[in-house]
Amino acid sequence: MEKEWKKQQPDGTITVRTCGWSPPGDHPVGCGMKLHIKDGKLVKVEGDPEHPISQGRLCVRCLTLPEYVHHPQRIIYPMKRVGKRGEDKWQRISWDEAMDIICDKIRHYTDNYGAESIIVFGGTGREACLYYYPLAFSSIGTPNCCYPLSGWSCYGPRCSITDYILGAGYPEIDFAGYYPDRYDNPNYKLPEYIVIWGKNPLMSNPDGFYGHSIIDMMKRGTKIICVDPRIHWLGTRAEHVLQLRPGTDTALALGLLNVIINEDLYDHEFVEKWTYGFEELKERVQEYPPEKVAEITWVPKEQIIEVARIIGTAKPCPIQWGLAVDENPNGVQLGHAILALIAITGNLDVPGGITIGPPAALMGKWRMETRSQLPDELWAKRIGAEEWPALSTAMATTHPDETLDTLETGKPYKLRMGWFNSTNFISATCSAQPDRWYRALQSLEFNVVQDTFMTPTAMAFADIFLPLPTFAEHDGVVLTHFGRNAIFMGAMNKAFEVGECKSDIEVCIELGKRLHPEHWPWDTAEEFFNDQLKPEFGFDFNDLREKGVFQPPYEYKKYEKGLLRFDGEPGFNTVTGMVELCSTLFEAWGEDPLPYYQEPHYSPYSTPELFKEYPFILTTGARAFTSFHSEHRQVPSLREITPDPIVEINPEAAEKLGIKDGDWVYLENMFGKCKQKVKLTKTINPKVVHASHGWWYPEKPAEEPSLFGVWESNINTLIPHKHIGKLGFGAPFKCLICKVYKAED
Amino acid sequence: MSQYGLLIDYEYCTGCHSCEVSCKNEKKLGRGVYGIKLAEIGPFEITPGNWEWNYIPSPTKLCDLCADRIEKGEKPACVLHCLGLAMDYGPVEELAKKMAAKGKKMVMFVP
Ligand code: SF4
Ligand code: SF4
Ligand code: SF4
Repeated sequence: MEKEWKKQQPDGTITVRTCGWSPPGDHPVGCGMKLHIKDGKLVKVEGDPEHPISQGRLCVRCLTLPEYVHHPQRIIYPMKRVGKRGEDKWQRISWDEAMDIICDKIRHYTDNYGAESIIVFGGTGREACLYYYPLAFSSIGTPNCCYPLSGWSCYGPRCSITDYILGAGYPEIDFAGYYPDRYDNPNYKLPEYIVIWGKNPLMSNPDGFYGHSIIDMMKRGTKIICVDPRIHWLGTRAEHVLQLRPGTDTALALGLLNVIINEDLYDHEFVEKWTYGFEELKERVQEYPPEKVAEITWVPKEQIIEVARIIGTAKPCPIQWGLAVDENPNGVQLGHAILALIAITGNLDVPGGITIGPPAALMGKWRMETRSQLPDELWAKRIGAEEWPALSTAMATTHPDETLDTLETGKPYKLRMGWFNSTNFISATCSAQPDRWYRALQSLEFNVVQDTFMTPTAMAFADIFLPLPTFAEHDGVVLTHFGRNAIFMGAMNKAFEVGECKSDIEVCIELGKRLHPEHWPWDTAEEFFNDQLKPEFGFDFNDLREKGVFQPPYEYKKYEKGLLRFDGEPGFNTVTGMVELCSTLFEAWGEDPLPYYQEPHYSPYSTPELFKEYPFILTTGARAFTSFHSEHRQVPSLREITPDPIVEINPEAAEKLGIKDGDWVYLENMFGKCKQKVKLTKTINPKVVHASHGWWYPEKPAEEPSLFGVWESNINTLIPHKHIGKLGFGAPFKCLICKVYKAED
Repeated sequence: MSQYGLLIDYEYCTGCHSCEVSCKNEKKLGRGVYGIKLAEIGPFEITPGNWEWNYIPSPTKLCDLCADRIEKGEKPACVLHCLGLAMDYGPVEELAKKMAAKGKKMVMFVP
């Protein structure tokens, strides 16, 4: 890429090259773009054709960035609440005053109740994901950092399963992202098939995977198999869609393994040399013959067999696992079975197969080290750590469901101060039973919220609001897959300023310098990034700006070369040194060491009586192009495209209920209800409905009880608390039951 | 001088709306006014498991094929930002050849 990243144009406009990462946008996808700044205002965003991954392409979320950045409702100065909580009464204050108030409070709670009485809540996917852990451990000094989603049901389960089964960084499809010349690189091989399981990467760009690279590969000849209860657009271009009953994925995976093993379609050499527990797995999958799996999953037996044969014989045939693995109490077993499928078919760490990161994350050293800055006695107080070792070993957080229990009961101790970083979790995002969280969180005495807009969560809880800049307004580094299998690292360049916003790392530094100066030697973000980059890569932040992006070289078959283990021996970084088809750790934690199927907690078969009253299977959470979870609802051009929360219903089912396309309906079950707008579509099974998440209405009244209408369409109120798997992971966001009726109001 | 047009590969147009929005940005169009607008056909099932579901963006009379950008040697805004890389710009003769070479789900617009 061109060296010059900032240019003055003849008409006085300044053009700054940068890479994107929410806020706003999405996961660390890091698309390349040029920001055009005139008189201190962002006037236009344009794709950067030089960027090796996005190649000029931009989605509507970045194309509408000026509307977000200069939105009249954006909060761009530190604010102090001057009314009661839930009243829209604020006073602008200086950063100094905000920091003084916050530090006094932190010292007060630390001295009187212990630092563990302070808890940091973090949201999903934003840049904050790299910094809210250090914010908790290193700047504030509390062991309690919480991702509040029941069962940690997003990314955490998949990362943890990978740690335990493969001992490696996040598994991702090889889309030639490591190579500047991409698909033409001689080391690369195009996947013959890609299996996309419980995911719609075109819209979600999950974890930094560039979703439309699927299209790039299809044009070159890759065929697609989707596993999804909905036939989405990509499904109509797929060779197969295994349209399964929501929540039965693990049975399907075991059925596929059954066929592949019994028909001897697996890679014998890989299995013998690099796996542990194959015989046990072979025995287990005998319990899942295709006819039985067809009955459980509603996928025809012939299709299961046909797809299993494809997965067993196509080379390469990567499987991309989605959020459906996490949002399921049986999800650990699903993830385990999918990794087994990938491994025994010889698709692990080979060109065009599934790539895996080394066990240490890119730029992850400092983040890891901040954990050890806490004394052991304090670390041991982390909520839920002792009760849920499988979760707390891999994740440096509290257990989310235990955290809600702690807030409600004051046990094992009372939480007093909350810090909400980039999370709006009383909207239908990162929590089950958000109404219950909302009530429980009232017990916190003092709260800080960092965000870009006054969200329902901020309106309800903030005592101090600290404004975050968008990615266009600060310096940073975007790492795809959060560094766990980074395709590239990109420079985020500050192009202009709006108000007085401070980035996550700037707030960490400023707060850290006041409270724990020994851990915070840096004065600026740039100094901090220089120190992160220089020892690991030999270049500093300014060099990265000039490079635009840096693609670290990739090695295939790391397990043969001793590149996966800290001791440099060949093999995988697991207890046995092998891919654990039978898990030693799961067994040690009291779980079955082999994958098994468990019927969803609520379903036509497990709760037939309830199902009579709530006769639809409810699945949730599919993404749209126009928003990143609860972000972007206030952007006019995006709301014009997606004005309302949509529930998808099959016309046959709707007709029986007298429901028409465009009607507003209530979705209701034992736990809660909400209102969404009907879209009739035959792409969904008549027994299933799909509802959207992340809805709130920035145009509705801010104050309590409305809180921007956050309760009106809040699908997560229908999701129960603590219906999680044995190891503490997975919640039924995608496999519940509900009824549907027309909203007359 | 040859006539120019826009070529759409609607096998791979994913309905992302980037063409619509980038055109609005380029042409500074207000709400409800479009230089190019996406149409949706389907989804409907032809035979079991065989679905038809297409997005096709059609340029309106506000589309001048990004004359200013072309003059500067740039691609039209919609073509540059198209997530599916499903749009192409060029002389109609060349585009027609590309249509024929691909042989399915292609449409050309001369706005
Ligand atoms: S995926 Fe969309 S929001 Fe994310 S960086 Fe790329 S263009 Fe921006
Ligand atoms: S060519 Fe330019 S004017 Fe025409 S539709 Fe595309 S962006 Fe709009
Ligand atoms: S930008 Fe491309 S892929 Fe997106 S809707 Fe327009 S033509 Fe389709």
